Amino acid sequence: MKKKYNEKTAIDIIDKVGARPEMLVQILHAFIKKFSYIDEQAIRLIAKKINLSRAEIHGVVSFYHDFRTEPTGEKVIKICQAEACQSMGSRELTKYAEKILDVNMHQTSKDMKLTLEPVYCLGNCALSPAIMIDEKVYGKVNEEKLNDLVENL
Amino acid sequence: MNKKITKIFIPRETAAMSMGSDELAEKIALFSESKNISIEIVRNGSWGMSWLEPLIEVDTSDGRVAYGPVSIDDIESLFESNFLEGSDHALCQGKTQNIPYLKSQQRWTFRKCGLIDPTCIHSYIENDGYLGLKKSIANQKNIINQIDISGLRGRGGAGFPTGIKWKTVENAEADQKFIACNADEGDSGTFSDRILMESDPFALIEGMTIAGIAVGANRGYIYLRSEYPHAYNILLNAVETAKKHNWLGENIQDSEFDFNIDIHVGGGSYVCGEETAMLESLEGKAGTIRYKPPLPAIEGLFGKPTIVNNVVTLASVPDIMAFGGDAYAEHGVNRSKGTLAFQLSGNVKQGGLVELAFGVTLREIIDKWGGGTASGKPVYAVQVGGPLGAYFPESLLDTPLDYEAFSEKKGMVGHGGIVIFDDSVDMAAQARFAMEFCSIESCGKCTPCRIGSTRGMEVIDNITNNLDREKNLELLDDLCETMIDGSLCAMGGLTPFPVKSALKYFPEDFKINNEN
Repeated sequence: MKKKYNEKTAIDIIDKVGARPEMLVQILHAFIKKFSYIDEQAIRLIAKKINLSRAEIHGVVSFYHDFRTEPTGEKVIKICQAEACQSMGSRELTKYAEKILDVNMHQTSKDMKLTLEPVYCLGNCALSPAIMIDEKVYGKVNEEKLNDLVENL
Repeated sequence: MNKKITKIFIPRETAAMSMGSDELAEKIALFSESKNISIEIVRNGSWGMSWLEPLIEVDTSDGRVAYGPVSIDDIESLFESNFLEGSDHALCQGKTQNIPYLKSQQRWTFRKCGLIDPTCIHSYIENDGYLGLKKSIANQKNIINQIDISGLRGRGGAGFPTGIKWKTVENAEADQKFIACNADEGDSGTFSDRILMESDPFALIEGMTIAGIAVGANRGYIYLRSEYPHAYNILLNAVETAKKHNWLGENIQDSEFDFNIDIHVGGGSYVCGEETAMLESLEGKAGTIRYKPPLPAIEGLFGKPTIVNNVVTLASVPDIMAFGGDAYAEHGVNRSKGTLAFQLSGNVKQGGLVELAFGVTLREIIDKWGGGTASGKPVYAVQVGGPLGAYFPESLLDTPLDYEAFSEKKGMVGHGGIVIFDDSVDMAAQARFAMEFCSIESCGKCTPCRIGSTRGMEVIDNITNNLDREKNLELLDDLCETMIDGSLCAMGGLTPFPVKSALKYFPEDFKINNEN
């Protein structure tokens, strides 16, 4: 279960990763891992700790796809949308996933159970189409395999 | 008398894991325990024969025998047929080294992938690992010379001669220099960096260390994409292990040389695979690209001279130093020396990694190794070199895979990714996707890329919807030229290549909506 943002944990994370400007991308990753998103308060805190402006932090947060500003569901499902997976039906698989999960790409289900996101290549192209659930990759995913995976979430 | 303990190799590598190798290892351990059979499970990397994953191997007195693809349901029948002795079974592929897919390759950089346990520095050393670094320490002045002789060119896609880049950094005067490994393997259809890092991480670490010694840099960074969490764990473990055994750190193996490596994870941005955007990201900033010049070799990370090389480039270095630049240059053709790890993917029967000397044709590799399409239909289009590479039709399949031969045909060997499509593909949709991908991933610094990609999608929509068709075809051509000539980096500059090739070779696909 992902934790709600709290400042004490946030300070510990920054100190552990390193409170230096060049560590900003790594700090944000550690926040995503812990809280699943970058809270507005986190931006203020990081700015203060590494001595950059809030605008600068915001610029980095908004540049990278990984740094969401809204909490995700308990599970994040990413479906590869890149060419190799396209050649094996990822577009159709995506539509099917949106239908059975009742959630569109870039969205989180109302019960906060899962978030659906696109990803552009998981490096599993020889076993397309590929999806990733949290940090685990699955290959040759068809509708049947997706059903099984979703059932066992 | 002690019971005989048989070694079973079960890969721990993303492709194998994506087909259930972790669960398989767990179940095999439980099964043998319940039957009181003594086995030792070794979690090796992958041989790159992804279509056979999970490919497990049994260590017999006659060598390693392979079985694949193995699922949990096969465990009982494998034990029943006495596979621990290497006996025959429906899934038996024979001796690993004799599997035609592997046997017919020219493994150089990837020779240890699949063979060894990537967490074990001893098995790395037993297989001639760190021989290159020892020779480099003994004769530091000879390193760049050997790299020059080898003819090694950057394997990330651009193909720039590695020796020249290193020489430039060596000659630059500075109080600090860096080695930055680009492990942001974002191109669709490519996974050779990932297989290398997950299967033989010490090769990359050794290559970076040699680069550091060659140019006088004592710090290295690996910039790894966030989509590769398993590679991260393997690399982190390898860096720690190398430190513990004094292959990293201060006075490496009691020499005068120091070298340390930090791993930074990217933020899920494709453009950070461009070297200057990567350097910005390594500095903790948004990954917008820099103007060149100055080259990173002169002013790179934190403004200091920096070698930026791809994973496979750096991992090719240890064996070049161990066995000589000449040995490497014996492979390949023309100005494309050595080997390239081609990656077969998409709609292909036998997808995986195929390391070969340059010069093999596209058709040969698709037929001989790929075994044709997965769907069984004829090959319709092939995209080589990632999302910025051209789509080739059947008539161009006899093009030899070498950097220059491909650029003659307005294609790109790039990082060696080969994505195969059958005739169910809509090439107008693929052309539109090239523009869409560019619009999603553009860093936004230059106008042709930032706005051109969005306009490109609109113009392609107009063409397929038959709105002012002729005028829009002309406009698209014009837009592509502007992006090629006016973009700051390869993102906007190469996006038109898949678009233009789709239009040129598959014009009928741009008429589909017209007919409906």
